[in-house]
Amino acid sequence: MASPCPVTILGGYLGAGKTTLINRLLRQADRRRLAIIVNDFGEIAIDADLIEARTRDTISIAGGCVCCAFGNDLLDTLRTLRDAAEPFDHVLIETSGVALPRNLLATVSLAPGFQVAGIVVLADADGIRRLAGDAYVGDTVRAQLDAADLVLLSKCDLPGAEALDEVEQWLGARVRAPILRTSAGDVPPEVLLGEHERASDPAPRQGAWRPFAHADARYGSAALQIDGPLDAQRLGAALAQLPVALLRAKGLVADASGALHAVQVVGRRWNTAPAPAHARGGGRLVAIWAGSGTDRDTLLAAIGAARIVPAPASPIRSVS
Amino acid sequence: MSDTVIYPARKILTMAPWRPEATHVAVRDGRILGVGGLDKLRGWGEARIDERFANKVLLPGLVEGHCHLMAGTLWRYTYCGWFDVRDPDGRHVPASRSLDEVIATLGAAAAKSAGGAVTGWGFDPIYFGARRCSRADLDRVSTTRQVGLMHASCHIVNVNTAALEHAGLLRPGIEHPGIPLGEDGLPTGELKGPDAMGPVLEALGLHRSFLSGDERGILDFGRLCVRAGVTTATDLAAQHGDTEIDTLLRTTGAPDYPVRLVPLQRMIGTTPAEAVARARALKARSTERLRLGRIKVVADGSIQGFSARLRWPGYYNGAPAGLWYTAPEAMRECYTLALEHGVQVHTHTNGDEATELALDCIEQALRARPTPDHRFTIQHAQLANRAQFRRMATLGVSVNLFANHLFYWGDQHWSTTVGPERAARMNACASALREGVVLGIHSDAPITPLSPLFTAWCAVNRVSASGRVLGEHERIGLPEALHAITLGAAHTLQLDSEIGSIECGKRADFCVLEDDPGTAAPQALKDLRVWGTVQGGRIFRADA
Repeated sequence: MASPCPVTILGGYLGAGKTTLINRLLRQADRRRLAIIVNDFGEIAIDADLIEARTRDTISIAGGCVCCAFGNDLLDTLRTLRDAAEPFDHVLIETSGVALPRNLLATVSLAPGFQVAGIVVLADADGIRRLAGDAYVGDTVRAQLDAADLVLLSKCDLPGAEALDEVEQWLGARVRAPILRTSAGDVPPEVLLGEHERASDPAPRQGAWRPFAHADARYGSAALQIDGPLDAQRLGAALAQLPVALLRAKGLVADASGALHAVQVVGRRWNTAPAPAHARGGGRLVAIWAGSGTDRDTLLAAIGAARIVPAPASPIRSVS
Repeated sequence: MSDTVIYPARKILTMAPWRPEATHVAVRDGRILGVGGLDKLRGWGEARIDERFANKVLLPGLVEGHCHLMAGTLWRYTYCGWFDVRDPDGRHVPASRSLDEVIATLGAAAAKSAGGAVTGWGFDPIYFGARRCSRADLDRVSTTRQVGLMHASCHIVNVNTAALEHAGLLRPGIEHPGIPLGEDGLPTGELKGPDAMGPVLEALGLHRSFLSGDERGILDFGRLCVRAGVTTATDLAAQHGDTEIDTLLRTTGAPDYPVRLVPLQRMIGTTPAEAVARARALKARSTERLRLGRIKVVADGSIQGFSARLRWPGYYNGAPAGLWYTAPEAMRECYTLALEHGVQVHTHTNGDEATELALDCIEQALRARPTPDHRFTIQHAQLANRAQFRRMATLGVSVNLFANHLFYWGDQHWSTTVGPERAARMNACASALREGVVLGIHSDAPITPLSPLFTAWCAVNRVSASGRVLGEHERIGLPEALHAITLGAAHTLQLDSEIGSIECGKRADFCVLEDDPGTAAPQALKDLRVWGTVQGGRIFRADA
């Protein structure tokens, strides 16, 4: 089975800051080949200087990225992306303002070759409480938040410090997902999309990826080498259940037979898949968290919990 | 000078209040020169008398204000519905009254073709009790060819194992609300909703361009219209790409195309500004038989699919509140821009919450851009109540109610979706008229069959398929029902100055009947025999 292309669903009501976030992400793609799928070009305006070419349904973007509009046929668009001559590293689906991310997730689950890594929902710090109480769209907005694996509280530069604390507290009381304060889309691509490893990269010398190098005190991260066989599913479950949720983690672990498996974690969501064909080297894990959310020892404990211990020799002898 | 033809008829019901009935109508250049007695019409000069309608009854050409060109395209596949129907050639197509009969109908269709997919439509298992159709059932039609069975609602399709396999859906671990799984953990073959149906439709021949009408489908649609007495019909709605528009222009431009089409452009995948700009550009390409330049906005889903937005207390069976398909901000922006540029907008709402939102947004847009006679229309509005009709009247909004639902899904609405109380005031035609709203009624064909006389029968009788009367107080009289399928619907399309009644200057569009609706019993309205139509002065015989 081939390794599926990871998909991140980006939800949030109109005006939550999705356009800003996506444009910023495209500028920091760092040689990732991204496919951004939008409901319609109307809701997202790609910055003109990023655009290389444009047709009715597709915008080609510098660096091999594309932005396509799916109208009402997401599966057809995913099929086209899957059949692209050069595969994509990550697909980001921007949902329409009133779409329910869980419905999108169910749809993506029907597309062979893709796997939803996580649901990221943007919430406008200044307007989210009003929207969540709106007579018409309140239940839609609340369902979007409930579906999130990671909530980005956007436009945090607008409300005052006290109001911001208040809205974060309110949000924290209703969502399970970690909440990140952002403004003007300042979220590192590693947080949104996870660590990036290209086929052309040399196998990591130390067995681990380079640690997350973002010079931003708001995030903590660790890159760990993993020796010995590990149960990918147990690792995923353990990482998704840490006392304070991770923002993102990506692991590559060898099972007892030596086969490599990929583990993805976004907030409380985790999944596993066969490792990409180009994956080389030993087991490794990169995790990113907010502030002092967790630490190396906690991660090591999670890794320890997933170790495959060779079964001890049976103390009972078979009697013939 | 052009030819003038005078048609004597047994009776002409004009829908013009000053002369409700007449005996002769004179036609010149595709228009009505005059209606009345022979003597006065002779005053127009030399005329040929054509006696072919001497024993017929003429009505204004009927107007179907909400249907789809797909009603024509589906006919190349096998009909598997619960009711007997007639195809575009007028051939009687029998019903399939049990799952075994459906399988046999499909099996016969498969035997007649050498290979390829076997596709049926019009399937309505609600009449078969709790028994669901499974892929094992359809495997009896073929284990090697793909078999698909589209439901009457067009929201669900059943497929066989081969079709699931081809679509990559024959695997364990699928978690999708629209894809029920069997005890073996594999899909049962029932695929609900556009996303779940998507992977199989192409192979079954039900791809999008086909559904929005290819040339053959548009021609078949025209013949269905002639059989139903329809001379103007909508396509509500499609994505109007250049290819679709070219096909429409070419097909309707043929000298013998029998219908005036009013296709609306759905606002999806574009900004409101782009949708309005596109509508204005298309409006300029309109012809006599193709009226372009209107927008359809879809606010919510369907009631029987539990995706309509209902106000408190919601669905009778407790299902959650439904889905928004368009954000309020986008609706408001579309309305405002459309008012600014003189573009008409029709809005699909099924649930009463969606109707309320659409009215809120229209009111806000009208405050920003006060516009006389904008003719914005709410389509379906199945649960609209009297207060909402009063708002419509105040705002100058027309309504096109889905009267056929009362018959086809009335029992399900009574027992499951909205419950007995609200089922008795669904598609409340009498309330709409009482509150002063201009009213059309529709079939949404192919969801229910194209036949405005049947639709009028539904509004007059309000009887469900099982015979239950749903709200006698919302019945309307025969004159009101006939008005709704002629002038009322024409008003919602801004065509009431051209069509909808038989009077001097209007298009010579007639529905030609063997029987007289004026003397028919209300119960007999649906059984009136249609001889054919006259459209723009051209004569189309249903059984030609």
